[in-house]
Amino acid sequence: MLAALAVAIVLQATLSGMWMSAGTRVNLVLVAIVYVALAFGAVTGLLAGTAGGLAQDALAGGIVGIGGLSKTIVGFFVGVLGAQFIVSQPVPRFVMFVGATFVHELCFQAVYALVESRSFSMQYSAVLLQAVVNAVIGVLAFQLVEGAPGLFQRRHSGGGFFGRRRY
Amino acid sequence: MLDIRRRTGVLLLVVTLGHIFLISVQVQSKAGVPLVQAATFGVFARVQGGTSSALHGGRTFWERYIALRGARIENESLRSQVADLEVRLQEQRTQALRTERLQQLLELKAATPLPTIAADVIAGNPNPGMRTVTIGRGSADGVEADMAVIAPAGIVGRVVGRPAAHAARVQLLIDRYAAAGAVTERTRAGGMVAGVDKDPPLTMELVSNLADVKAGDAVVASGVDGIYPRGFRIGYVETSERGAQLYRTITVRPAVNFSSIEEVLVVLVPSRPAIAEAEAAPGETVR
Repeated sequence: MLAALAVAIVLQATLSGMWMSAGTRVNLVLVAIVYVALAFGAVTGLLAGTAGGLAQDALAGGIVGIGGLSKTIVGFFVGVLGAQFIVSQPVPRFVMFVGATFVHELCFQAVYALVESRSFSMQYSAVLLQAVVNAVIGVLAFQLVEGAPGLFQRRHSGGGFFGRRRY
Repeated sequence: MLDIRRRTGVLLLVVTLGHIFLISVQVQSKAGVPLVQAATFGVFARVQGGTSSALHGGRTFWERYIALRGARIENESLRSQVADLEVRLQEQRTQALRTERLQQLLELKAATPLPTIAADVIAGNPNPGMRTVTIGRGSADGVEADMAVIAPAGIVGRVVGRPAAHAARVQLLIDRYAAAGAVTERTRAGGMVAGVDKDPPLTMELVSNLADVKAGDAVVASGVDGIYPRGFRIGYVETSERGAQLYRTITVRPAVNFSSIEEVLVVLVPSRPAIAEAEAAPGETVR
């Protein structure tokens, strides 16, 4: 879990540094948290949300805790929903990622509006874009992780995906 | 042992509160104070207020009820002190008044060319019909019968009866059996002042209807009676009316306040038979 979060934070920071708009169009830390929550349950999702959010907040330089709170809530409820519903297929997972992204942004902006004493506002198109990107990355990550063992096994038995073919 | 996986709600609550606390530490209120500090201060102020109110109430309860157990003793002690102080104050006041009276008496003694001796009034008269007092000087001090008794304000009366060694009875001028030769100071209208059971307690008799006597005139001793020294004040005319026969009806308000005589001077000059007014010299007893 921690490794996934660390990788996500590093990648997010790297992408933001290389491509400024990537920072707003994808949230790899959130993807990792949703992934962990779906894969390991509510408590793990909650803890992952806390750790990932706080780390992201600390690195971002804003108010530490707002991202952590948002991601904690998202991680917890995604974990709860993942235990209640069958989300082993790409479409439900896609929906879950999209919903998680919306909820996360909703919480994030709401708390910021609250602490900064300003009116709540959210750019829905940008959030929708980020939600779709997050969902795509998340579903792909699931597919990759779930497909990797089989791929690895095929490689050992039949030459594998990158192995030398035998004729 | 607490299984955290079965207490996800609690865990969520704890983590959420932790985040809120963390955010509050960093966010400032409109007054520029961190929210945590403002909230903490607000809560703590209420706690302090409650504690202060409780302490105040407890202290009030203690002071007004429990601690009053000793207040009764203290109250009694203070009352006793107040009573003692009132007595002492009264004594001091009496002493001051007595000193003032003695001062006046001393001045009178010095101003009077006659031999006098100071005396304390030691008793009143047990008989309401007789207006006499007893003084603390008697024959051992040279006091004799029919000697005049005076006070700074005027004539008091005369010694009656045979004095004891250290006491003598004085008939006040307002006694109904007392009388003194008198003249008005303004017109020298002569007459006799006598005591009556009225208010004012003195009348001036034997004053001709032709005499000029008005209310407010001072009445002094004429000295013709051979007892009272001439010129000493007796009182003031209060009313003066023309009488039905030869004499005016005159009432006199005494100069001496007979209700509060405490120290007097006894004129140590024996009485002499009464003589004509014209033969008496001012400030001397008639001889």
